[in-house]
Amino acid sequence: MTTDKAIHYQGHVHELQKKLMADYYAQLTAIAKGQSSTKNAHLLIAGNPVELIRAFGMIPVFPEVNVLQLAVRKQSLPLIQKAEELGYAVDNCAYVKADVGLYMNGYQAPYGTVPKADLLLCNYVGCNVYLNWFEHLAELTGAPAVNIDVPFIRSADGEPSTADLHYVVKQLEELVARLEEITGTSLDYGKLRRTVENSALVGEMWAEIKDLTKRRPAPYDAYFDSVTMMAVLYCLRGTDEAVTFFQAARAELTERAAKGEGPLPEERFRVVIEGPPPWPFLRVFRDMFSRWGAVAVASTYSTVGGIWEFGFRHDPQRPLESIARHMLQYNLCNRTFLQRYDQMARYVDEWDADAVVIHSVKSCRLFSAGQGDMREYFVREREVPTLLIESDLEDPRYFSQAQLRNRVDAFFEALAQRRLTAASDAAVAAGGRR
Amino acid sequence: MRYSVGVDVGSTQTKAVLLDADRRIVARSLVDTGAYLVRAAERAYEKALAEAGIVRGDVGYVIGTGYGRFKVAFGDDQVTEISCHAKGAWALFPNTRTVIDIGGQDTKAIKVSDRGEVLDFAMNDKCAAGSGRFLTNSAEALGMDVGAIGERSLEAKTPVRLSTVCTIFVETDILSYLAQGKKVEDILAGVHGAIGSRTVALVRRVGSEAEVTFTGGVSRNIGMVRSIEEKLDLRLNVSGDSHYTGALGAAIFAMERMQSGVEVLA
Repeated sequence: MTTDKAIHYQGHVHELQKKLMADYYAQLTAIAKGQSSTKNAHLLIAGNPVELIRAFGMIPVFPEVNVLQLAVRKQSLPLIQKAEELGYAVDNCAYVKADVGLYMNGYQAPYGTVPKADLLLCNYVGCNVYLNWFEHLAELTGAPAVNIDVPFIRSADGEPSTADLHYVVKQLEELVARLEEITGTSLDYGKLRRTVENSALVGEMWAEIKDLTKRRPAPYDAYFDSVTMMAVLYCLRGTDEAVTFFQAARAELTERAAKGEGPLPEERFRVVIEGPPPWPFLRVFRDMFSRWGAVAVASTYSTVGGIWEFGFRHDPQRPLESIARHMLQYNLCNRTFLQRYDQMARYVDEWDADAVVIHSVKSCRLFSAGQGDMREYFVREREVPTLLIESDLEDPRYFSQAQLRNRVDAFFEALAQRRLTAASDAAVAAGGRR
Repeated sequence: MRYSVGVDVGSTQTKAVLLDADRRIVARSLVDTGAYLVRAAERAYEKALAEAGIVRGDVGYVIGTGYGRFKVAFGDDQVTEISCHAKGAWALFPNTRTVIDIGGQDTKAIKVSDRGEVLDFAMNDKCAAGSGRFLTNSAEALGMDVGAIGERSLEAKTPVRLSTVCTIFVETDILSYLAQGKKVEDILAGVHGAIGSRTVALVRRVGSEAEVTFTGGVSRNIGMVRSIEEKLDLRLNVSGDSHYTGALGAAIFAMERMQSGVEVLA
């Protein structure tokens, strides 16, 4: 029986994250209000060199993280509309529009005030819209903009060429010179190594945490609970606080796994989820799955800022090269669709999933184009039941609750029915009565 | 307590089917859904009971389906219309392997197992382009009754090609063809062809394994039947009860639960 009363796991890890993020936004607010002289750089989540920013004592600001929180609080639409009044198209990425709207609102958000950038540090990973986003911010704010050109992965095995690596490392060296200008200090190579070492430690623990959902039941939801940890992974990576947080998270989740505790009273279906969540309706969306006892055991979204579960670690002995490798190779958005298929197929096999759910978002056609083929690949070639649903990550106007629930319900109904038939057949074969 | 009932609260119409213990259809009813879903479900249910000459106490299990399934206040449980159309189509035509259901706001293609289970499905996205509403709006633009446009479309000699499947913009397209002096039947053939193409694209996503059964309100439109048949190059199963397929599937699920005592789905 499905239940509408979903009880979700809320542990120490969630509390700790809230505190760390509140501290982080307090720092940003202090800068915005002129109470702190710390320099900041606005960065994108996918494949950024945050370790360099931290090594210079700067603080990273993530417009994507800022606006997704507004969406969760149901405050994104007025900002999106403000940007549309400026001329942004209805089908333009809503992250971009919400951030531009937030800027027009004086960067005032309920969780803090966002400081104007000392540096707008874009990195091109297949999204030309993001490039334009940072160009627009440069025009609006007058802040300097730098783009790191990350070549798209073109090889079948997913390896970047030596020339690609050199190309990115060279740009990182140029970035170092730029950061020295902005901060008025020289790069402390020892500090860079320690920062990269912290990233390596966090990457190792994050990979161990991801491995835990191979257990039955999975101790946490690798989609909905992962986003809690992703906030720290992105906003605080390279810091000592991030290391401490992940030590606590690993301990708590390992203990839950050992006790056989899962995020729901019963784990009936194990799914792999692809695509970002519909932030404006996160709770409603989660409940659609919880009702069916469906738990995400892996998600591609949790790799949008880096892929650690397949072995990559930052290397403090070769900091720039390992940052470059992270940006090029262990970056979901810089991978080909076939590599995305492989990544998901590994999740299905190694995390022992029953089904794949693809949540396609209207905002990002670059990431979503091809998901129809992806669905067919899993259904036809790998015979994995796959559901494709669509809404948006930031714009609430694209979310149709009744339609989405209808599809989700139908999908799990079908899985449940087939499981029941199989059990009944097995009983008949064993000589039991139907 | 010998009967089961399925109530399908659709976006346009609400249907109820009443089954006896041998799973024969004893009664069926159809009412316009309107704005009050709970009342529409009640009316459809009462109408079916009256037609069968029985009372509520004779019914052992009721399942609600369709968009308003949670508004079937007297129902014992809900099942999506995707599962119900698969089940109902399979009951009407046991060799069904693919179901096409075109309703007021939804178009679905469903791949079905030899036991009537859903194996896969594809649907139109949030936009209702290419659904039953498109036909209704087209009929209105031409000042015709929606029940007459299918037959008329078959008279076409040189069908026009519509530039849209948008339920809103179709009126502009129709008006511009009328202004060009195109014949009504040729425009209607274009209207049916546009939905047919879109439907077939959905069907290809789940595979178009025969037999293909066409269900839902739009399956009563002969123009749509012919358009899809032509594009798929096969004959479609269309039952006289095709409009009631979802309600029938729900009633079968209800009967299964009554008879087996197990919860069949959830």
